[in-house]
Amino acid sequence: MSEDKGKYALILLILLGLFILSLVVFPFIGIERITFGEVLYDPASRGSEIFWKLRVPRVLAGMLCGGVLSAAGLAFQAMFRNPLATPFTLGTASGASLGAGFYIWAGWSFSLAGISGLTLMAFLGAAAALSLVYGFSRWRRGLPSEIMLLSGVAISIFFSSLILLLQYMSNQAHSLRILRWLMGGLEIVGYREILEPLPLALVGLAVIFLKRLDLNLLTTGEDLAAGRGVNVNQTKVMLLLSTGLMVGAVVAVAGPVAFVGLIVPHVCRLLFGPDHRILVIASVLMGAVFLSGCDALARIVLAPAELPVGIITSLLGGPFFIWMLLRDGGRG
Amino acid sequence: MGIILAARGFSYRIGKKTLLEEIDFEVRAGERWAIIGPNGAGKSTLLKAFCRILPPGEGLLLAHDKPLSQYKQKALARWISYVPQASGRDDLFTVREFVVMGRYPHLSAFSTLTRRDWEEVERVLDLTGMTDFAQRRVCTLSGGEQQKTLIAAALVQGAHIMLLDEPTAFLDPYQQSQIHDLLETLHQETGKTLIEVTHDINRAALGHDRILGLRAGRAVFTGSPEELMTGGVLQEIYGRSFKLFPHPETGRTMVLP
Repeated sequence: MSEDKGKYALILLILLGLFILSLVVFPFIGIERITFGEVLYDPASRGSEIFWKLRVPRVLAGMLCGGVLSAAGLAFQAMFRNPLATPFTLGTASGASLGAGFYIWAGWSFSLAGISGLTLMAFLGAAAALSLVYGFSRWRRGLPSEIMLLSGVAISIFFSSLILLLQYMSNQAHSLRILRWLMGGLEIVGYREILEPLPLALVGLAVIFLKRLDLNLLTTGEDLAAGRGVNVNQTKVMLLLSTGLMVGAVVAVAGPVAFVGLIVPHVCRLLFGPDHRILVIASVLMGAVFLSGCDALARIVLAPAELPVGIITSLLGGPFFIWMLLRDGGRG
Repeated sequence: MGIILAARGFSYRIGKKTLLEEIDFEVRAGERWAIIGPNGAGKSTLLKAFCRILPPGEGLLLAHDKPLSQYKQKALARWISYVPQASGRDDLFTVREFVVMGRYPHLSAFSTLTRRDWEEVERVLDLTGMTDFAQRRVCTLSGGEQQKTLIAAALVQGAHIMLLDEPTAFLDPYQQSQIHDLLETLHQETGKTLIEVTHDINRAALGHDRILGLRAGRAVFTGSPEELMTGGVLQEIYGRSFKLFPHPETGRTMVLP
């Protein structure tokens, strides 16, 4: 519809404006006060240095993670027709955590092709969890959604126990480091950690975007989707793998940042309706703004200390989510 | 007219359970079929197998003389559309949004909806009498309205063959007759081939050209309404006897359920 087109264009314009505004404003928020003039006219100043080497990469990382996690949550919720599905539903987060936990417990310290061992191990863990879930569901003919969901939950629980075991067996310093990793955070320095997950993130986001019509139909049920011409199994496998790897790559850098992938898609749905033609782009932008905003908050709430962003997202996300649900009488 | 849909020795099993056994059945273009039989006879399974909603079974299913397995899902959806039962749909889409999703087999991942797609949607909404409901959310509609929305969405696929799974189940008599009139219009005016699963024996005998009777996964009857309405045939399909009587006006044989 032409009126729809106008509405969608307006929503996108507003979100894009918000996105750009965040990109410009958030790097200025933090314990160290940085002025606009400093950044613009004095590239050698301490403020400029902090701005370009710490703040901007951190905001970009928040945007990347936020966008990826929200889009993944959106795709999984549609694919499984389950409002409680999150990017971590298929065990990727606990897989990554187990990989990272193992690295810390073992006291390793290596890097491969410039990628830190911690990131690498976390990604391997995520990929392992994903292949297990995929393998279990493949066992039965045609990837039943419930089996995928349940095996994801089972693997998450199993891996979480292994993480606890690792923590128990670690010395205090290592145990603390594992705990800190589990909270999720964006304390990165430089651009490398943004560039590492970027290719997988772009592929995953592209697949989700190209499958937006399929996601619409999948929310109406797999039978109906197949009847309309969706190759359900192929679509599910493509989404599962590309989304899972993308989430794994992001979690490997930022840790399992909670709640973003659950609430942002819901908020988008409540605001913009059920159509994935708009929801995919909207969740990426909203997720980017939300997570980088939470991280800006995390930098100043307890100044001079910095909070892990995962704590902020959960603290803000939980109540906000409940308010949203109650407001709309639980629909959505 | 030629055969456009056929099953040849088609069987479907899940594990050790046989849902359909050696089904042979041929549909000619423009025919209106009813599939009847007790619960669990395999009626819905047969429909879903023809839309390839289910993984392939044994034997052959043909659409336009080509095995179903040689179609891409999208190409198949341009020949055959599927209308599931409309019991309590919870879709948040508006009717118009829901119906336009039926254009899927005509779109690629990179294309956007064109004016032609929207024109087709408006035409189908008009045909199904859903124009006034276009902005309503599907979840807020009555059963009959939801059923019409599902039929509209299948129509917009532009497929020649439409398979319907109990299109009048859960509907009151008024809504039932609305759906029957709509299907009759589609059949008469657009010449579509319709295949409906139904539990209403009288309807099956009244509105359809041919009837397939299934029992426990086997095709126990294929024939015309007149051939169906005999005590022996019905006994064989349903495993019980029915009282038959002539329609007071037309004199056609009816059953007392």
